[in-house]
Amino acid sequence: MSLLPFFQWCYQTAIGEAIRESLWLFPLIEAFHLVGLGLTAGAVLIVDLRLLGVGLTRQPVAQLSAAVEPWLLGSLTLMFASGIPLFLSESMKCYYSFAFWVKMTSLFLVILFTFTVRRRVTRTGPTSDQPLLRRITALISLCLWFGVAWGGRWIGFS
Amino acid sequence: MSLLAFFEWLADTSWSVDLHESQYAYPLIESIHVWTMAVFFGSVVMFDLRLLGVTMRRVPASEVVDRLLPLTIAAFVIMVISGTLLFFAIPLRSYQSIFFRFKMLLLLLAGLNVWIFHSRVYPKVAAWDVDGVPPRAAKVAGALSLTLWIGIIFSGRMIAYNWFDCDRQPQPAIINFLTSCVATELGQ
Repeated sequence: MSLLPFFQWCYQTAIGEAIRESLWLFPLIEAFHLVGLGLTAGAVLIVDLRLLGVGLTRQPVAQLSAAVEPWLLGSLTLMFASGIPLFLSESMKCYYSFAFWVKMTSLFLVILFTFTVRRRVTRTGPTSDQPLLRRITALISLCLWFGVAWGGRWIGFS
Repeated sequence: MSLLAFFEWLADTSWSVDLHESQYAYPLIESIHVWTMAVFFGSVVMFDLRLLGVTMRRVPASEVVDRLLPLTIAAFVIMVISGTLLFFAIPLRSYQSIFFRFKMLLLLLAGLNVWIFHSRVYPKVAAWDVDGVPPRAAKVAGALSLTLWIGIIFSGRMIAYNWFDCDRQPQPAIINFLTSCVATELGQ
């Protein structure tokens, strides 16, 4: 089944239409999306750098990741709350944009990875120190997030 | 030579024109600017939130500074370089953009906040390093930093929009004053 009818439906929603018709709504929501991007990057980097053995290395991974998790969840909420309206306003452009599909694929994978493998690795206690597993986890997380950021920026150029 | 004349001259140099019209260089530099912003703002935000006592309360504030500052500084340097190149590609319009001017003003204030924090507040960090919730002065610095950087992101994003550009007249007199639009651009 093609997703095209769904994208067409999104395009015709009242929210999508209101954003398209407004001069300043799109830029304003986009600015919130950018702030969310920074927050997400901060919450992700603190833990991924720690997993790589850089940054706050004196802190136990589990404790650091637990401290930062509410901010990760909060920033992701901000990203979705701003990203979905942006998408509704230009869903037809997105459907035909390669960058959009890169972003969505990376996003799906990184969310899945973060709340399964990465969560499990960060919760592993300090006694069972597994540097290689931690490093690979951080690298996968960072690469996938970069896929999201690359796609996100490139949607605007297509 | 006035700043306006200087940026008019700069806009006509072949380097500026080439960068502006490049198919890949300009978008790439712009992307680098945004990506490093995420790293910079991300590390600044985490420290600001620590100063506000709302995250990583068990991590000493000085440890967050010592361990994150190299990343923050590296990202800031890349941001300044890429930002300068972006300005260099579109100098005249950026110089006259109200959002660019507002962004530079906020940057200046953010710099001032950093300077005050590191010269007045941070030297006494030993007294509150392990406190989950730092004293008022540190909280104020954190809140100011957050507000200013969010303002910088907002005004930076808006530079792309030409609502208040000099070539879009009529504009309110206050806008033309703030953007230094000259008589010829106002069609007078």
